[in-house]
Amino acid sequence: MSILINKNTKLVVQGITGRDGGFHASKMGAYGTNMVAGVSPGKEGTKVNGVPVFNTVENAVKATGANTSVIFVPAPFAADAIAEASEAGIKLVIAITEGIPTIDVIRVTPILERNGTKMIGPNCPGLISPGESMVGILPVTIFDKGNVGLISRSGTLTYEMVNQLKSHGIGQSTCVGIGGDPVIGLHYKELLTMFEADNDTDAIVLCGEIGGDAEEQAAAFIKENITKPVVAFIAGQSAPPGKRMGHAGALITSGSGTAAEKIKAFEAAGVKVAKEPAEMPVLIKKALGI
Amino acid sequence: MKIHEFQGKELFADYKIPIQKQHVCTTVEQVGVAFDELTSPVVVKAQVLVGGRGKAGGIKFTKTREDAMAAADKILGMDIKGLTVEKLLVCEAVDIAKEIYVGFVNDRNTKSVMLMVSAEGGVEIEEVAKTNPEKIIKIPIDPLVGLPAHLARNVFFKVLNDGSQVRQAADILVKLYKLYVEKDCSLAEINPLVITDDNKVIALDSKINFDDNALFRHPEYEAMADYTDDEKLEVEATERGLSYVKLDGEIGCMVNGAGLAMATMDMINLYGGTPANFLDIGGSSNPQKVIHAMEYLLNDKNVKAVLINIFGGITRCDDVAKGLLEAFKQMKVTIPVVIRLSGTNEKEGRELLKDSKELISADSMADAARKVIEAAKNV
Repeated sequence: MSILINKNTKLVVQGITGRDGGFHASKMGAYGTNMVAGVSPGKEGTKVNGVPVFNTVENAVKATGANTSVIFVPAPFAADAIAEASEAGIKLVIAITEGIPTIDVIRVTPILERNGTKMIGPNCPGLISPGESMVGILPVTIFDKGNVGLISRSGTLTYEMVNQLKSHGIGQSTCVGIGGDPVIGLHYKELLTMFEADNDTDAIVLCGEIGGDAEEQAAAFIKENITKPVVAFIAGQSAPPGKRMGHAGALITSGSGTAAEKIKAFEAAGVKVAKEPAEMPVLIKKALGI
Repeated sequence: MKIHEFQGKELFADYKIPIQKQHVCTTVEQVGVAFDELTSPVVVKAQVLVGGRGKAGGIKFTKTREDAMAAADKILGMDIKGLTVEKLLVCEAVDIAKEIYVGFVNDRNTKSVMLMVSAEGGVEIEEVAKTNPEKIIKIPIDPLVGLPAHLARNVFFKVLNDGSQVRQAADILVKLYKLYVEKDCSLAEINPLVITDDNKVIALDSKINFDDNALFRHPEYEAMADYTDDEKLEVEATERGLSYVKLDGEIGCMVNGAGLAMATMDMINLYGGTPANFLDIGGSSNPQKVIHAMEYLLNDKNVKAVLINIFGGITRCDDVAKGLLEAFKQMKVTIPVVIRLSGTNEKEGRELLKDSKELISADSMADAARKVIEAAKNV
């Protein structure tokens, strides 16, 4: 097993005729992701790398039974694309697009809730269940099938962590990049719960960063609800307050959201925190007793 | 993006939110003229994009033309938390019976615009949040419904007991929400919203931040921006597809991805060095970006050595290598540069760089951090 995506995932790519959408669709296809459709308004009837293109998500769902969507639509139109997927009955939307106005994401949230649609992102690298399915822009060669679940607010930091795990022979059940924006879909709590229930996951890596208090909430949640070992890493210990560190959500405001507070919260909850990426596999091995 | 108090109040005026009569001045003489056009007493307020202006002596209450000009003379050019005062807001003083706080903010936890109201107005709301969080009423607004008048009234009946005051305040709140949404704010505060002795409700201050992600649909904001020199560099970098934040350390960093860039800075600290900047070259494979990035690092006189940490995903290591080779052709590099390349097209990238005398190569992040700190010591 794995969480969120697997061999049964039927993926529709929104924005498949764009430069990024087309490029990454071909990468996902090459990995074996079950890509059933693309959407690009006005281009129904054409094909991109053998994948049929539809005018609307609704048409794509009707024709192919697609249940998952990935969004490569540019920021000004991305929230509308997310809403379209949700209204068409898609149950999981992965929004890769960076730079969507926060208020647009806030507006689309009640629509997702009404339709029971889960969202990963926006501003995320996507997710992978190694050996089964990859949805997003992840460099697939570094991932191996295994028993560690990973949740991260960052893209390349995820690759660094996975590479560290790989060098110690540790594979992953599912790796999820949840996105670097202030307002995002599924967060730590939901994903921790999924990994807790997943038979193929024996330990969990949580990569957080400065800004907000999601890590503090996750720490309290782990203490009460998660029995599998969790090892955390927090990026941004040397970040100055009041400055946006690349990600829109990575911002220390009025002295809150600092790395020190987050590390303290994890340690208080009994969660081990890696001081540097190289320490992650060591702590994971210890947690797994290998 | 932050805007000044006077700009926020001009927006308030556009939305028919009551403000004091105001003039914006940049010289002492203009303040004299402004005083003549207003009814005494007047308040002279420093316009800088930082809190704590009052405590720093940047706000003066004056009763005569001479006092107003003297205050202006003192405040203009004043340094408040590292920012120089170049503009003043001169407005009519009001007799305050009561001060309250109102604000909206994008809230991560409820995934909504959060309304905040407190009877503790006029003080820093962050302080109230720390010491008396129960004194702030918080209500997440349903984005599909908006802010209905009855909700605004219900809130104000908790902090005010006069029907006329509540109606005026509720009317202001509904307008502020409209402004917030239409202008793509990430924060909009009126602190204080005051009740005057003659029972009028007026916005005495404004604090507005725009959502940087929404700037593309508000080209008019560019003219409102007032950036410091460091911020100008950051904005220029953004236009070039880079995320750059200048710090004051000695090791320049160039990294792909925000999380890895932060982790790289942390690593430099952990190994005993000091990062000179945050610099994320983003996800695309454009050699030109690498050239621009090198320029920022080399133009920073504090930088003694450079660490390039690339984990290729969408970014291809060979593209980064090509950009670096071009940068070395265009710029004279006299300081050590340590590079770590992993991921997509790593081999091709390393092959391209194998003859570059300028570069010290490293196998891992930790190895790179150690090498760059050592190299900086010997400069």
